[in-house]
Amino acid sequence: MMLKRTLAAVMAVSAAAAMSAQANEVEVLHYWTSGGEAKSVSFLKERLEGAGVSWKDFAVAGGGGENAMTVLKSRAVSGNPPTAAQIKGPSIQEWGELGFLADIDDVAKANNWDNLLPGVVSDVMKHDGKYVAAPVNVHRVNWLWANPEVFRKAGATIPTTWDDFLVQAQKLKDAGYIPLAHGGQAWQDATVFEAVVLGVGGADYYNKAFVELDADALNSDTTEEVFRVFGELRNLIDANSPGRDWNVATSMVINGEAGMQIMGDWAKGEFTVAGKNAGTDYVCVAAPGTSGAYTFNVDSFAFFEQSDSAAASAQKTMAAEILGVEFQEVFNLNKGSIPARLGMARDEFDSCAHDSMDAFVASSQTGGLVPSFAHGMAVPEAVSGAIYDVATNYFNSSTSPAEGKSQLVSAIQAAM
Amino acid sequence: MSNRSQGFSLETWLPKIVLAPTTVAMIVCMYGFILWTGALSFTKSRMLPQWEFVGLDQYERLFGNPRWDVALSNLVVFGVLFLAISLVLGLALAIFLDQRIRGEGAIRTIYLYPMAVSFVVTGTAWKWILNPGLGLEKLVRDWGFTDFEFRWLVDQEMAIYTIVIAAVWQSSGFVMAMFLAGLRGIDDSLIKAAQIDGASPARAYWHVILPILRPVFFSAIVVLSHIAIKSFDLVQALTGGGPGYASDLPANFMYTFAFNRAQMGVGAASAMIMLFGVLAILVPYLYSELRGSNRG
Repeated sequence: MMLKRTLAAVMAVSAAAAMSAQANEVEVLHYWTSGGEAKSVSFLKERLEGAGVSWKDFAVAGGGGENAMTVLKSRAVSGNPPTAAQIKGPSIQEWGELGFLADIDDVAKANNWDNLLPGVVSDVMKHDGKYVAAPVNVHRVNWLWANPEVFRKAGATIPTTWDDFLVQAQKLKDAGYIPLAHGGQAWQDATVFEAVVLGVGGADYYNKAFVELDADALNSDTTEEVFRVFGELRNLIDANSPGRDWNVATSMVINGEAGMQIMGDWAKGEFTVAGKNAGTDYVCVAAPGTSGAYTFNVDSFAFFEQSDSAAASAQKTMAAEILGVEFQEVFNLNKGSIPARLGMARDEFDSCAHDSMDAFVASSQTGGLVPSFAHGMAVPEAVSGAIYDVATNYFNSSTSPAEGKSQLVSAIQAAM
Repeated sequence: MSNRSQGFSLETWLPKIVLAPTTVAMIVCMYGFILWTGALSFTKSRMLPQWEFVGLDQYERLFGNPRWDVALSNLVVFGVLFLAISLVLGLALAIFLDQRIRGEGAIRTIYLYPMAVSFVVTGTAWKWILNPGLGLEKLVRDWGFTDFEFRWLVDQEMAIYTIVIAAVWQSSGFVMAMFLAGLRGIDDSLIKAAQIDGASPARAYWHVILPILRPVFFSAIVVLSHIAIKSFDLVQALTGGGPGYASDLPANFMYTFAFNRAQMGVGAASAMIMLFGVLAILVPYLYSELRGSNRG
């Protein structure tokens, strides 16, 4: 609290255009500005307006949300945070520790959130045992998207383990296809790296090494094996990949230039827009060796402490609405993800989403449900940034697996 | 009498009053924030500023980070090559243009034009030109030279040189304009005198003209080194720092760590190192300038 006040005093000078939220109005900071996403958000706006709460949109473009976070920091330290902001994963805890977040536990109790959400998800939404955020969706990151036509022509089968992946990919390559469509951006390198970690090491290793950051697990032979497999993939992508956007890589699978892509379920939107059908035109399966596991990436809104009581009650209306059945369904149909809320009707969703829902429930019981470190769910930004650096540098050079391991260990240590 | 003294005081004070807001804004926004950043670099600030002082800890982290090493050595490679090539190319163009050739106006405009484009546009255009599957390599291969290879953009070792290429393309025209202005200021009789003394044109340029252009060299070096140190947009647009982080420059490092990575302390420390880099160039320059004016 003391800290907060000092910050506010110092930063007040630089804070411009500060306007406080009016009663019965929610001001929502988010970075969902592209087509499907914007549509998803505007549905929440309609729902709230129906409940008598007006919506002040505070969208800051920039896919990864970096710009939005920068704006949020300056607004928060100047003592004028928005009602809610799109924040996820361990960042929620960081904001909670700085004393900025509002306790919405009474809404959660009244709506029985503890039973509607799986434990791993609700843990992320709580700070000090109290709900401070509400989840809107669950993305599965460990997907393998494949073009069955390409596989048929090359006489290959869709792989289920990493060893098999390397064999089948070679067949695709020999037949003149690009085996793995990939975009050489740090986060995409990390997304593939994460799938290799989970597929080679299994969920226990994943949790120990990349969530708890246990030094022994990171130093183990498994890590070296992970780097070996990850290194093999260097030869399975095309030379033009550096800097390519993920959706361009997806379109390479769609038009049959490439065989596979490892990407989260947002890739489905690209297939849908191209008029392709799941199961026939494209196949979605778990990334090799990860069929019983699930790397989740949950988007959520964190709620900021409000001084005005009317604003606080509008905030609670919004919190309740986010976990409502209608919003969860419409939002996730638009976005390609699945609802965070369990036990919802699933008729409207497609077969990939059904697989995702089943795996979500099953893996939450076996312990295979793990947070995605490539998408800021597992570790603080400083650590995930360090992992990004090592993964992307390794993937783009000819570093040996042993060196990769030692770089990873020292980078993580330095960032903690 | 009283009227005159009023006019006198207004005349004295008006410029100061008019300048005051700018001065205050500059003191706060430049020097104030430099001090603020300097202070931050000694704290353990992560996501937000935090006033727990940890000494040189953040600097240790910074110099222990392999990515910072890459960024710094890239700055040296980029800075030296960019400066040297731009100067040589700019000077050569200026000397050729100074030979009273036909169509000089048009040619001058053509070379100067890249300066009118922002670094983001330059970066994007060169990204397409240098992309092996899209630009130069494909073009030459389509002409029939199927073994032709030019993949600096996607090669970790060579990516930084693509940034040099784009930056030189953008800036050498500007350097040319500076030298051309300098050359036009030189009295023709000097060259004539050198010729009468039997000096070849090359000797005349080397021994007579270039020494006269010394101040122009100085200004060009200062302007170019500023561009080099603060280069951010060009890298962002051309390579995005990639492949991996092979073409990162300190400014990109600073932005990433301060704003994306919740490591404000490390970011502030890197910003301070960049400031020292600028000062290392600026202080000798200011010193020589001030000394010069004292003498005059």
